[in-house]
Amino acid sequence: MRKHLFEGIIRAPLTEPAPSPDGAALTELANSLDRTARRRLGGSLSIRVVDAGSCNGCELELHALGNAFYDLERFGFHLVASPRHADVLFVTGPVTTNMREALERTYSAIPNPKWVVALGDCALDGGLFAGSYACVGGVASVIPVDLHIRGCPPPPEKIIEGLLALIA
Amino acid sequence: MTTLSDLVTQGRPVEAHRPWPRAIVDAGVWSLAAEDLRDGRLCLLGLWGDRSAVHMALLDEAAGGIAVLSLDCPAQRFPSVSAVHPPASRLERTIRDLWGIEPEGAPDARSWLDHGRWPLIHPLGSATPRSEEPRPYVFLPAEGESLHQIPVGPVHAGIIEPGHFRVTASGETVVRLEERLGYVHKGVEKLMEGAGLDHAAKLAGRTSGDSTVAYALAFARAAESALGAEVPPRAQWLRAVMAELERLANHFGDIGAICNDAAFPLMLAHCGVLRERALRTADAAFGHRMMRDRVVPGGVAVDLADAGIGAIRLLIAEARRRFPGLVQLYDNTASLQDRTVGAGTLQPALARQFGAGGYVGRASGRPFDARRSPGYAPYDRLRLDVPVRREGDVDARVRIRISEVEQSLDLIERLLERLPVGPISARLPGVGGEPAEGAALIEGFRGDILVWLRVGADGAIERCHLRDPSWFQWPLLESAIEGNIVADFPLCNKSFNCSYSGHDL
Repeated sequence: MRKHLFEGIIRAPLTEPAPSPDGAALTELANSLDRTARRRLGGSLSIRVVDAGSCNGCELELHALGNAFYDLERFGFHLVASPRHADVLFVTGPVTTNMREALERTYSAIPNPKWVVALGDCALDGGLFAGSYACVGGVASVIPVDLHIRGCPPPPEKIIEGLLALIA
Repeated sequence: MTTLSDLVTQGRPVEAHRPWPRAIVDAGVWSLAAEDLRDGRLCLLGLWGDRSAVHMALLDEAAGGIAVLSLDCPAQRFPSVSAVHPPASRLERTIRDLWGIEPEGAPDARSWLDHGRWPLIHPLGSATPRSEEPRPYVFLPAEGESLHQIPVGPVHAGIIEPGHFRVTASGETVVRLEERLGYVHKGVEKLMEGAGLDHAAKLAGRTSGDSTVAYALAFARAAESALGAEVPPRAQWLRAVMAELERLANHFGDIGAICNDAAFPLMLAHCGVLRERALRTADAAFGHRMMRDRVVPGGVAVDLADAGIGAIRLLIAEARRRFPGLVQLYDNTASLQDRTVGAGTLQPALARQFGAGGYVGRASGRPFDARRSPGYAPYDRLRLDVPVRREGDVDARVRIRISEVEQSLDLIERLLERLPVGPISARLPGVGGEPAEGAALIEGFRGDILVWLRVGADGAIERCHLRDPSWFQWPLLESAIEGNIVADFPLCNKSFNCSYSGHDL
């Protein structure tokens, strides 16, 4: 184990420079995020994730945010275990009818101020699952959404761009 | 005469079904098949509903044969298989939920995927509007002194798919785990009805995101079998390169995540780097990190350029440089082995009874790998040793994955060396006036995926069933966790890494 830890000290870091926040995402956010809230959060965000029917592709890319290349925590973003600790709710999936209540309850458990990010094409409008008897179709039809990050699934740098826009 | 062919000859053969035989049998033969399953002469590959019919796919492991038996159910009922063969239970509850076809004599009358919240009942069958309110789900009882229950989920603490686990514990020891799934049911099979092949292939590729290549491949091969399409050799080899890259990325991720759940994040950090490199290589070679929608009916959507081949070779070199050191780290860390060895043991007899595929089965003595048997191109042209262990614990499931990482690196190298030249896709022939049926069994990273479909005369999907390997792995987690401490549940669960989305459909 010592060998691996030592190598970690002498090797150059894999972590890449931060992407620049995308203009469209910024505009979408400007309306929902006020200066006061930004000051209160101090450039740090706690994120809670709810899978509301995703195929698990979006979850894989959320996991990737924690690897050495993206190192999400360096920006002050933390994934937290409880909605009570969260500022931001990430939602993936077309919101299945079987997950709707769990999503609503998670959302209401987050203290104000709070923001919702709908991640992936399914979370936007149900994606390929739109119109199914088992899907509500789009996170915004269940809880208010502040930012949509598109993609199937959105690659990690797209997710970071969106998050940087949130605290910019 | 083998057990399976004997059953098939007692039924009426369906000519339009490929590549394996399908026979329409009567209730007597259906029940005989159930008894063969009970006695371990056959293995259940799938059990699903259709318009006033039920089908079951069977594997004769000794003879290597596969067949589908079908039973017409004009009265919307059929003799239960789970009455004698428990692995069929959740499949039958699903048939009842989706189709309203009743498994007569089934031991479990509770609904499974239907949580009482869909606007319709029996959405694939009568699809009548629901009027009643959802009823509370009754968990199985666990009785005894000082037992307590811990409800977990559907929303979990980490970035995990949703599902509910009801743990009954005595102190720290789990005495019963009961799963309740279905939270991510999206109605994939209903959306498939009437979809064109291209659209249906995309849906198949989103059944379980981590296995998007394997699902797209299983769907494509089933469709190609139905239509009698010939896929160009280069496409078949490129599909295998993608499938092995997918396996690599997932196994890297799993090995790291399992060790992380045993409080050893160093492995997660290093394996996470390898996984990321695999995803970036996939992006460079095939234009998408997860290679989504790259396998299509008739071939593949993108060719592999020289730059892509170079990127894959770099990945193999990097993995060979880094991975052995990580295996050594796993081997030499006593505190880690202390958690993984002897934890979450799955008995080989149960793995065999349930026909558990993938690392779950292979870590518990079941040497099944769909790439070898029934086998498919191009694996029939490549040497493939299936790693098997008998310990059945978390450690064994890690070690199977380690062996498969090494094997996939070798396979990709050989695939690239012998990559045929030529076209990457072929036009699919039309359906000749009559509906055509096809099936495929594909080895995803998690185990064997079964796809069965019927294409109508208009070329659209009439019925498509997708069976995730998790159907036969989830129930076994309930057994493997028994007697372990509650704190080891995440570790055992991760070592199974069943798909919620693939199971819930």
